Amino acid sequence: MTLAEGTQLVSFGVLTLTTIVAALGVVLLENIVYSAFLLGGVFISIAGMYLLLNADFVAAAQILVYVGAVNVLILFAIMLVNKREPLAPLKNAWVRQGLTALVCLGLFALLGTVAITTSWNVLPEAPVVGDTALRLGEHFFSDFLLPFELASVLLLIAMIGAIVLARREFIPDARTGDGDPNLIFRLPERPRDPVAPEPLEPISK
Amino acid sequence: MIVLQLEYFLLLAAALFCIGIYGLITSRNAVRVLMSIELLLNAVNLNLMAFSNFLDADVKGQVFSVFVITIAAAEAAVGLAIVLAIYRNRDTIDMEQFNLLKW
Repeated sequence: MTLAEGTQLVSFGVLTLTTIVAALGVVLLENIVYSAFLLGGVFISIAGMYLLLNADFVAAAQILVYVGAVNVLILFAIMLVNKREPLAPLKNAWVRQGLTALVCLGLFALLGTVAITTSWNVLPEAPVVGDTALRLGEHFFSDFLLPFELASVLLLIAMIGAIVLARREFIPDARTGDGDPNLIFRLPERPRDPVAPEPLEPISK
Repeated sequence: MIVLQLEYFLLLAAALFCIGIYGLITSRNAVRVLMSIELLLNAVNLNLMAFSNFLDADVKGQVFSVFVITIAAAEAAVGLAIVLAIYRNRDTIDMEQFNLLKW
């Protein structure tokens, strides 16, 4: 085993460990803020896996899109719905969790068996792709042109849809004509406990 | 000789997928359900990249995973907007309370 192969193996082991541990933390931890940050750890580890698989461009895209956008979006959602409520205990909750864990373990056993027993038609040596960004661009603008354009349309649709869904129905500008000046608009998602120690004073002109 | 086998990556992706399924079913926080969906998408992406590296001399698997990343970003935005809208409606994020469509 040469030094490069040993480095690959050690990196794979470390990345596997961090991925599995962080994913378990995402699912099992009580505090959801910890879960969100561990999700970022999972994304970074997966990006390292992509680097091991000779995909530098997709690794950079993974870091940019997942860690930079999706994870921050999830953190914003956690901040917007920051309601610490005691969840009502379910009856037979352990039955549900045990059954789900059993099904998941069975699914893992099935997938693992399929992955190991199938004789994959692996290429004899790793292909030399060269500049992956160049090859990806060639694919995007030749044989994957239609999905590429459809993805851009879908992103536009998702952006407009997210704005429409998350928009507040209570628009303050519509009421400022002749209302009383002491009116304070309270946001619907404001937390129950006020953050400031004393309540806000009414605005007086 | 290739020291990293294809089966290693497939096993890791299977483990990540099963953890995501478990979180998807057992979580009661709506935001955590969305995070579990992201885990599932990452597991599938890892499969695609492993197949692209080991079975295909081209980079078509990477093209597919770029598309999956795109769709996942759109899904996260719309999903979190839906969670916000439900939170305004029901004043809770407990998945067990979202039973408006239950018979």
